[in-house]
Amino acid sequence: MSFALLSITAQPLDLAALVTAVSAEQARQARDAGTANAGGIASFLGLVRSPNQGRGVLHLEYEAYEPLAVRVFERIRDEIGAEWPGAVLALHHRIGRLTPGEVSVAIVVASQHRAAAFAGCRYAIERVKQIAPIWKREAFEGGDIWIEGAVATPDDEDARREALKLACV
Amino acid sequence: MRVKVRLFAQLRDLAGAGDLDCQVEDANAVQGQDVWRAVVRDHPALASFTRAMSTAVNLEYARLDSPVRDGDEVAFLPPVSGG
Repeated sequence: MSFALLSITAQPLDLAALVTAVSAEQARQARDAGTANAGGIASFLGLVRSPNQGRGVLHLEYEAYEPLAVRVFERIRDEIGAEWPGAVLALHHRIGRLTPGEVSVAIVVASQHRAAAFAGCRYAIERVKQIAPIWKREAFEGGDIWIEGAVATPDDEDARREALKLACV
Repeated sequence: MRVKVRLFAQLRDLAGAGDLDCQVEDANAVQGQDVWRAVVRDHPALASFTRAMSTAVNLEYARLDSPVRDGDEVAFLPPVSGG
């Protein structure tokens, strides 16, 4: 079994491994399609921040509905493929306990042109925040709380357009 | 009929369990909301999430009026916060 491009994992995230995997996948697809190799690879790492909204963060506890999360990652991959043909995504999200400064999410997009690589990364993280079934509980000095973001509605076209707008500014 | 209910994050904490074996009264067209009502009946603290959650049936996002069949896995998801 080759290295998965899309994954939920309890292991520390390895950006170099994602770059290698996405690069190989883009090369394979480009060979099959008779198109150019990647002219650009962009990456995004999300890190645990502290303080967060004035609270000194001790750690975050991430959990996911793993099989659905991987399906949502596949959906995000397909949306990126439709928006930026030829762009290839790798997306890994961590679960478990993370302390400030640790990487919670790693995204890599390879594309023939840099614009799609940068835009695809931004689009992917916005979509993760909108629709991936992942949650974090923040332990801070004095208590702990569930962080609540968006109600996940994958077919909400307004949300998708908002993510696209953020990606393309 | 029996449905496997999955609860996550705040919903699991409020219910005290993440996996529930839920008995839903057999009817012609059972929907996600019938399952939700059965869950809330047993765990009233969850009621406030009725308008602030997502539903998934057998690992597909679904609507509260989506059909549910015997043996399905129905998940209720509070607002997400990945990233």
